[in-house]
Amino acid sequence: MILVIAEQQGGTLNRTSLESIAAAQQAGGEVKVAVAGAEGLAVAAALAAAQVAEVLCVQAAALNAYTLDGYVAAFAQLVQSERPDHVFLPHTYQTRDFAPTLAVRLGMALVTDCVATRWQDGRLIAARPMFQGRLYADVATNGPALVAFQIGAIRADSLVNGSAPAPIRTVAMAIDPGAIRQKPEAPFREAKQAVDLTQAERIVSVGRGIKEQDKVDMARQLAAAIGAELGASRPICDAGWLPMDRQVGSSGQTVAPKLYLALGISGAIQHLVGMKGARTIVAINKDPEAPIFEVADYGIVGDLFEIVPAMLKELQQV
Amino acid sequence: MKIAVCIKQVPARDWQPRVNDDRTWVRDQDASFEVNEPDAYALEEGLRLKEKHGGEVVVCSAGPARVAQALREALARGADRAIHVEDDGLARGDAFAVAEALASAMRDEQFDLVLTGLQSDDQGFGQTGGVLAEMLGIASATIIMEVDVQPGAVRVKRELEGGWFQFVTLPLPAVLTIQSGINQLRYATLKGIMAAKKKEIRKAVPPAGLASRQRIVNLYVPEKTKRTEMIGGSPVEAAIELVRRLRDEARVIS
Repeated sequence: MILVIAEQQGGTLNRTSLESIAAAQQAGGEVKVAVAGAEGLAVAAALAAAQVAEVLCVQAAALNAYTLDGYVAAFAQLVQSERPDHVFLPHTYQTRDFAPTLAVRLGMALVTDCVATRWQDGRLIAARPMFQGRLYADVATNGPALVAFQIGAIRADSLVNGSAPAPIRTVAMAIDPGAIRQKPEAPFREAKQAVDLTQAERIVSVGRGIKEQDKVDMARQLAAAIGAELGASRPICDAGWLPMDRQVGSSGQTVAPKLYLALGISGAIQHLVGMKGARTIVAINKDPEAPIFEVADYGIVGDLFEIVPAMLKELQQV
Repeated sequence: MKIAVCIKQVPARDWQPRVNDDRTWVRDQDASFEVNEPDAYALEEGLRLKEKHGGEVVVCSAGPARVAQALREALARGADRAIHVEDDGLARGDAFAVAEALASAMRDEQFDLVLTGLQSDDQGFGQTGGVLAEMLGIASATIIMEVDVQPGAVRVKRELEGGWFQFVTLPLPAVLTIQSGINQLRYATLKGIMAAKKKEIRKAVPPAGLASRQRIVNLYVPEKTKRTEMIGGSPVEAAIELVRRLRDEARVIS
């Protein structure tokens, strides 16, 4: 049996949970889904629509706001009573927070950023990127593992729904609130994002290859010439060369423009998940083996400081 | 305040990894190495906290002999001393092996705060901090964008997804994994580099029977899923051809 840990916030299902359920279905065998917190009851019906054996709503007063210790205590108990062969979950920021501790508590391995699984001699083999996505590794574990799936790696639309809703079972748990060391405050958003890249038809985005803050201007000119917004990968925003609201990727905005033109962006996974839905992707990079070329429709290997001015000149000629 | 910063030495970003003969690791004999960038942000945060609250910053790393270079670099940036858990096998160990090695050398130090980057640029497990905390028996919080030390506790700003954040308070001692971009990195000064030569690097031996819980059975270059039209020629020729393709073929610019 594979146990999927689904994620919800404020009674809204994190859709990436469906990707993990689909992954569990594709792995074969029985699938159960667990969700924690009082608000988990609100998403139980949506989870029960999937072809799964059971949906488990893990309930305790201490689980109503997410805390690392609360979730670890709850899911450690659940895994010990349900005894799944493996535990699947989406590799969200929440998973990044509690899953390492849960793995230690349960004596299990934690395979993160998984993009696919297969069985070999009765053992689960998980594929995951390494070295910034330049290589992939098939990874084997000894015994049961927690497997966290990279967001978007498994298609949620491959999820199989059941002919009738799966049974929903409430699992009441005793969790001592005093044992929870993290005292959370309410989640909040920083001042409303000034730039909404999600609505942009075209985006010119810059990465480390731009080398200097002054050179960002060249990208800005190209963006203006083709009616595009300016975006960036995380290191550019970390360096303060562009504001954080220009950031594309897992910690920034997820975009799907008609044209995404990546200048000097190597294509780390965290960036790719934020832009691989673009219709036409262009990559200009000096490194022919940069992972960005894996997702590009058009690629130029070369010096962007020569190519971009030549593009500007060509664009101005008509 | 006694602060530990765990750093990893990883192959330099511009190094192109090649798979070795038995397809379980890379040929890193020719690689140049650097401090894992997310860990550099953790070090910077540790140095800033020391400047504010006093105490010491101890930089810790688990890996082969070459790791001493990364520790020297951290000492040059301002860390006070270093702990090096030396073992060749740790270069390819998983988060559990690395965390166990670190924990064995760190346990007796009784650190108030342990900082590390949120993930490494090589294997990218993104879990060593959390695993280390549980092995040390202390609380943890991850992907931290702000650290405010209070009496006996630390209030941190966690980054959630989609532009959301959350403040969480946890008791000290604690492990925090630091998000890149939390601060602006400092560079080592000549004075710092000179001073680093006199600072202590304590060598430690990892516990016997250190075992990874996951192992690589096959390492490979990913198969391309998309057909990429590579545009060649001189930079000017390529630029002109790209503009033409975007106008006439993809029709995404006018």
